[in-house]
Amino acid sequence: MDENSKLKGGPDVCPGKRGQLDLATVKAEIEETSGPEYWRSLEELAGSDEFREMMHREFPKGASEWLESFSRRGFLKTMGASLALAGLTGCTKLPDTVIVPYVKQPENLIPGKPMYYATAYTLGGYASPIIVESNMFRPTKVEGNPDHPASLGGTDVYAQASLLDLYDPDRAQTVTYMGDVRSWTAFTEAVRGPISVQKGIAGAGVRILTQSVSSPTLAGQIRDYLKANPQAKWHVYEPINRDNVNEGAKMAFGEVVETRYDLSKADVIVSLDADFLYAGFPGNTRYIRDFASRRNPDAEMNRLYVVESTPSSTGMKADHRLPVRAANIENLAHVLAAGCGVASSATPSLSDQETYYVMAASKDLQDHGGSSVVIVGDHQPPALHALAHQINAKLGNIGKTVFYTEPVDANPANRNQSLHELVEDIRGGKVDLLLILGGNPVYDAPAELEFASALKSNAVALKVYLGTHNNETAVLCQWHVPEAHYLEAWSDARAYDGSASIVQPLIDPLYGGKSAHEIITILAGQPGLTGHDLVQQYWQKQHTGGDFETFWRKSLHDGWIAGTTYAPKNVSAKGISPQRSQPADANAIELNFRRDPSIYDGRFANNGWLQELPKPLTKLTWDNPVMIGPAMASRLKLSFKDVVEVELNGKKVKGPIWIQAGHPDNMVTLFLGYGRTRAGRAGTGTGHDAYPLRTSQAPWFASGAKLTPTGEIYNLASTQGYQTMETPDGSDRPLVMETDLEEYKKEPAFAKEGEVPKELTLYPAVDYSKEMYAWGMAIDLNACVGCNNCIVACQSENNIAVVGYEQTLKGRHMHWIRVDAYYQGDRNNPKGYFQPVPCMQCENAPCELVCPVGATVHSSEGLNDMVYNRCIGTRYCSNNCPYKVRRFNFLLFQDWETPQYKMMRNPDVTIRSRGVMEKCTYCVQRINEHKIDAETASVREGKDVRVGDELKTACQQSCPANAIVFGNLNDANSAVNKWKAQSRNYSLLAELNTRPRTTYLAEVRNPNPELKPESQHERSAG
Amino acid sequence: MSGTTALENPVYGLMAEFDSPQELLDAAHKTHSAGYKDIDAFSPFPVEGLADAIGFHKNAVALVVLICGIIGGLSGFLLQVYVAVITYPVNVGGRPNFSWPSFIIVTFELTILFGGISAAVGMLALNGLPMPYHPVFNVPAFSKASDNKFFLLVSSADPKFDAARTREFLKGLAPRAISEVPS
Amino acid sequence: MATQTPIPVEVPKEDQRVPVIEPGHSFATIGEKVSNIVLRRPVSLGWVFGFLVMFSGMNMLLFALGYLFMKGTGIWGITIPIGWGFAIINFVWWIGIGHAGTLISAILALLRQSWRNSINRFAEAMTLFAVACAGVFPLVHTGRPWLAYWMFPYPNSMNYWPQFRSPLIWDVFAVSTYGTISLVFWFVGLIPDLATLRDRAENPIIQKVFGLLAMGWRGSARHWHRYETAYLLLAGLATPLVLSVHTVVSFDFAVSIVPGWHTTIFPPYFVAGAIYSGFAMVVCLAIPIRAVYGMEDFITARHLENSAKVMLATGLIVGYGYFIEAFMGWYSGNTFDSFLLWNRLHGPYAPWYMSLLISNIFIPQLFWLKYFRTSTFWLWILSLVILVGMWLERFIIIVVSLHRDFLNSSWGMYYPTKWDWMTYIGTIGMFLTFMWLFVRVLPMVSIAELRTLLPEAHVHEAEEVHK
Repeated sequence: MDENSKLKGGPDVCPGKRGQLDLATVKAEIEETSGPEYWRSLEELAGSDEFREMMHREFPKGASEWLESFSRRGFLKTMGASLALAGLTGCTKLPDTVIVPYVKQPENLIPGKPMYYATAYTLGGYASPIIVESNMFRPTKVEGNPDHPASLGGTDVYAQASLLDLYDPDRAQTVTYMGDVRSWTAFTEAVRGPISVQKGIAGAGVRILTQSVSSPTLAGQIRDYLKANPQAKWHVYEPINRDNVNEGAKMAFGEVVETRYDLSKADVIVSLDADFLYAGFPGNTRYIRDFASRRNPDAEMNRLYVVESTPSSTGMKADHRLPVRAANIENLAHVLAAGCGVASSATPSLSDQETYYVMAASKDLQDHGGSSVVIVGDHQPPALHALAHQINAKLGNIGKTVFYTEPVDANPANRNQSLHELVEDIRGGKVDLLLILGGNPVYDAPAELEFASALKSNAVALKVYLGTHNNETAVLCQWHVPEAHYLEAWSDARAYDGSASIVQPLIDPLYGGKSAHEIITILAGQPGLTGHDLVQQYWQKQHTGGDFETFWRKSLHDGWIAGTTYAPKNVSAKGISPQRSQPADANAIELNFRRDPSIYDGRFANNGWLQELPKPLTKLTWDNPVMIGPAMASRLKLSFKDVVEVELNGKKVKGPIWIQAGHPDNMVTLFLGYGRTRAGRAGTGTGHDAYPLRTSQAPWFASGAKLTPTGEIYNLASTQGYQTMETPDGSDRPLVMETDLEEYKKEPAFAKEGEVPKELTLYPAVDYSKEMYAWGMAIDLNACVGCNNCIVACQSENNIAVVGYEQTLKGRHMHWIRVDAYYQGDRNNPKGYFQPVPCMQCENAPCELVCPVGATVHSSEGLNDMVYNRCIGTRYCSNNCPYKVRRFNFLLFQDWETPQYKMMRNPDVTIRSRGVMEKCTYCVQRINEHKIDAETASVREGKDVRVGDELKTACQQSCPANAIVFGNLNDANSAVNKWKAQSRNYSLLAELNTRPRTTYLAEVRNPNPELKPESQHERSAG
Repeated sequence: MSGTTALENPVYGLMAEFDSPQELLDAAHKTHSAGYKDIDAFSPFPVEGLADAIGFHKNAVALVVLICGIIGGLSGFLLQVYVAVITYPVNVGGRPNFSWPSFIIVTFELTILFGGISAAVGMLALNGLPMPYHPVFNVPAFSKASDNKFFLLVSSADPKFDAARTREFLKGLAPRAISEVPS
Repeated sequence: MATQTPIPVEVPKEDQRVPVIEPGHSFATIGEKVSNIVLRRPVSLGWVFGFLVMFSGMNMLLFALGYLFMKGTGIWGITIPIGWGFAIINFVWWIGIGHAGTLISAILALLRQSWRNSINRFAEAMTLFAVACAGVFPLVHTGRPWLAYWMFPYPNSMNYWPQFRSPLIWDVFAVSTYGTISLVFWFVGLIPDLATLRDRAENPIIQKVFGLLAMGWRGSARHWHRYETAYLLLAGLATPLVLSVHTVVSFDFAVSIVPGWHTTIFPPYFVAGAIYSGFAMVVCLAIPIRAVYGMEDFITARHLENSAKVMLATGLIVGYGYFIEAFMGWYSGNTFDSFLLWNRLHGPYAPWYMSLLISNIFIPQLFWLKYFRTSTFWLWILSLVILVGMWLERFIIIVVSLHRDFLNSSWGMYYPTKWDWMTYIGTIGMFLTFMWLFVRVLPMVSIAELRTLLPEAHVHEAEEVHK
């Protein structure tokens, strides 16, 4: 790097003069300190000249080697492994500042009894209110916050998996300057000069680049600084942004507003390419809950129309799904608008199938004026959003199912534009001090900006990057300050409804990471102010009346600040009729960009749980495919495994084909977030990078892509063996029982046909009714939206190992609960089903019978217990399990070394070793915890106290759709009994007479009588 | 060792050597009917009726095998019942503790195992094997007893035994040779 | 000592077919011919070379197992849903091969098939070695082989016992019993011949060794009397045993609920298949051995032809088994069973199923022609084909049934790894290593029993004694 030479002369501080060092003194110093302090002293030493000099003296050979920056990190790691991490495991103490536990007080901590704290996880600026379980001050599990309207107890996969990021061993662990280890003080010293210089010129050379910010405190801090230094600028960028939504709002209302839906009141929902039932869509957790609450065929059922380009889990749940290329959706929208009485500028011509569909939908919408909603996907153009606002207004949905509020985003500037300006300033040499607070623009900025080269150039004198990992962006900045994980630092954030939550840390920063707040204090010249002070001060200002201390404690305790929810706001849609963009060439191949369902924009690339999380439809792990539809595949003679080259305006990217049922013809979908070059040991080099094709002109879809087969072969690791419910011999298997509402009303017990009469058996059945408990589970297939939450929740709760790409490819993934996705019917527009499959806990368990050593036997409460210590691993039980829910440790899958993971694991669950079978046990550790509590309570209160429905399994607890219920079958009023009493209740593969304790509530769709699915099929077949 | 005499070394018996099983069988018959009881015959392979000829009719091997077989079967079945019903009853796949049909295999196998082993061990034991030393091996020609020669032995323990007269009697059987078996 | 002049042999009246023992032999020549292979024959370079080849194969097995213990069963191709792969396939294959030995020595003995006498010895040896090879797999295929002994019937520290309802426990008992009884049977048969070797050996050390093994056998009439009773009883016990062993092995599958496993036809057709492959292996070994060691006099065309007939018969039973499986798949109307049939015929493993039918059902029909029963070359080739076919049968039963069972979502594919192959080929190396040693250190045919086949061994009761 040429600027090395220039900048090496720059401030290189050695804190505190020391005399000549020798190993003994070093050791002594190190022993004095412990935990995080230990780290810092280590850094300071490493940074100091005496230390370098000493190392040369002590290890003449090794020294030069480890002084080279990369093996320096290696040195720190090894030295760390021996000393620091020993300190590290000891450093899990509460922050010095007072934080408030959710239910139990941290003082008088009972070892072995976890404590729960309310906090919030933020993605794209939107907070998911969560409760974090802490075992001996170590965060071990993330749950939804039942009291918060945005969660109601549910979470999303990202919040669940964010725990793994906290303990990611690849996180940046020290402040570095040009890759050399420095101390925090060295950093503050180094930037003091330049900052004061900027003060003189009103911050003309200061640029702050953040991700979407909804933290009132942080926004306040930055705004204060900008007030003091009017020339400085604040830029915001995030690749998965809501520019279209905001532009659309501007178009319709002249200002940016947040659109919020109340799906619990919506009888008819029309989604125009909106995947609002999957994580990443603001408010998805609440939307899933509300949507699912209306899918009960015995109550009044809602109806979902989905017009979508790239197939999504939302589309799979639709009563009527219409696959359309992204660009054509606008046309449909105009016709829909016209159908709903909105004066539309143009009425384009559609295929008769589309017309047929849209007409039926618009009629349905009008019949349900005031109780319907039209939702548009973030990646559809602004005009479409504006149109949707008008339709909703016309239907009288505003104030009933649709609400407009203040934007949650503190700085809803156009992301691409904002970054554009920044790059121009950089190239124009206007920037002297660039603070990049989080994000990874070098990796995910629009291609045409060539952000990397802009950053590499010497135009910017001082570049500071605050980030969790030493990633693509970090290496291009001189200073890299490790960012504190959200469980390590104080902050605040707003949920999709505007309600503010205090983000309280549960643990001191493992590697002395800093938060954006602290960086800004350095910038604003107010050092010493901690995140805690800042957040408290901010809310002190907002707080009116009442004693602040109680308000503060209550807010921390509840996980959100009462009365901060944005009130609906009266905005009137201007009468403009949005012009429709000129239609794309029908024959040109349309290229779509989508965030990856698992690793989002790439920020989770190093998160093993999410990398191995089967994507909702394809069930792919560790890779992103080039997705095309069946029609296109047969036309281009492409099949699975074929590697193709996708070209757009001269830029190329190579990836393996995935043929997705229901994917529109003549359209290709690429998923963002893969192909990272500096993600970490898990994420680096997985999949292909689609960003080089993505420009700010066409961030979501572009026409005129080229597809050329390369002749190469690549195997994608999908966890599902076969995706349609029809077997290749043409017969149909009764796995997911499904019918439509009319049929259901006629024959409510349609799902029970396979059931075997209880007495039809050679042996007398075991009687469980005398027991205090008989555990059982029911899963509502109608409610399940395939959001994958249960999988991650289970993985986190039960310490389930991550096995990696090769093993997953072999079929050795370890998930205890999986969500099977099945298709049925026309492959170009199939019906879709989701079926979560945990262990069925069969009463006549086939697995138990064949185990030679009795390692899996039945408990008196009907659990199919797995005794790891007794298991010798014959795998006979798995062969004989018709549901194939058993997982085997073919190799040593668990990480027994990495100390961080040791801290993360659930202390109540065994770490399985090699050669042992494992499987779902209904979270037996939770069952026993509750039983013990109940027993102690009975003793204390002298009456029979029993475990009730408050006991929840991990999957059930995290399920935003309330699709899973678990409880005591011997308790007549238990929820699970009520569910199992329903006529939809059936057991999977009942004919085998395994008598599963886990049963399913059959799926019932609510199609529009005017749109018979079959007629729709034969239409779309063409 | 052929130079030893009866005086300092009382003989174990007299042994006649024959060329064919037929000769041996006839000789054995004659000797037995002549009143010699403590006699034995040796052949490289089982000769039909030879045992009867020397007056050995019944052997106890079958009885041993029967008893051991029954013991094996019982112990097998009872062990499983003990394990599954008495000492550690546990719900396996919803089957009753005493699910006897699944115990039959092991019962059967143990019957065979005990029976089979007892057949071999019983046979050897009743034959007094292994036996590292036996006087008959002192006769040099006896090494052919496992090859192509057939021998008849009259033990000196027999009440009717008299070195001279017995030798005469054996001569009458026209053996290939007669040798004295030193003990 | 007087040299023996051979007594001319006239073929027994009742039997004008190819004799089971060529004319011109006497008690002495038999003993000489057989024992000389052990006592006199020099160790040839060819033997050493062959031994080294086989022995290196055996070492490959040890290497593969060593790596297996280090890494875990993950080095094999098995996965979920195909939890069993080569290990169990080979286990069933080897156990099956073992059956011929016991069948020949036990069942044919009961049926008084005199032709068995010259092949039973090495057939039994083959059984032992095959069972040894089979026995390797149930132990090493477990995830934690160092704990495999937990399958033996003893209570652990918590007074917890094995689970006797599991077919795997039945296997433990069946296979160990089978191994033990075969060994006993084999050794009992050896005792008289060991005595012969003891008496013929010149080298004092070898003499001592055989003397020790012979345990002082004197060939006394009393010995023979008890010996014959014991042998007969052993044969009587071994007969139901040999039939039971593969029945129990078939229970591993029949007792489960997996489509393609859960069927009542398994026990009989597993046993038939076992004998089928067993005789194939016997012929495979007999033909080269008799050629190399000049045993044509004792292992005659008669033996080979009879073996061919047995293979033809058992092969037809096996074919019937396949047919019934397919028929029930269609007739039951059960969607899973009918799919199983479809999957075998059209699924990803269809070629394997086809080659199974060809090598196991169609090609062996050539045995209807006397030419193929008597031509040693064709006999040898065909028995090789049958061995391959029977291995394929186990592959189809285990892998193809497992890889697509009840839930479409959990279907998978099985790809054997190099470690699978090394383990399999390694056991063949081990098997042949043992055979190689056996033919040189022990009499490969039963001297005593051969002698009883000579006409001069047949005695008739003298008249005068019956009064």
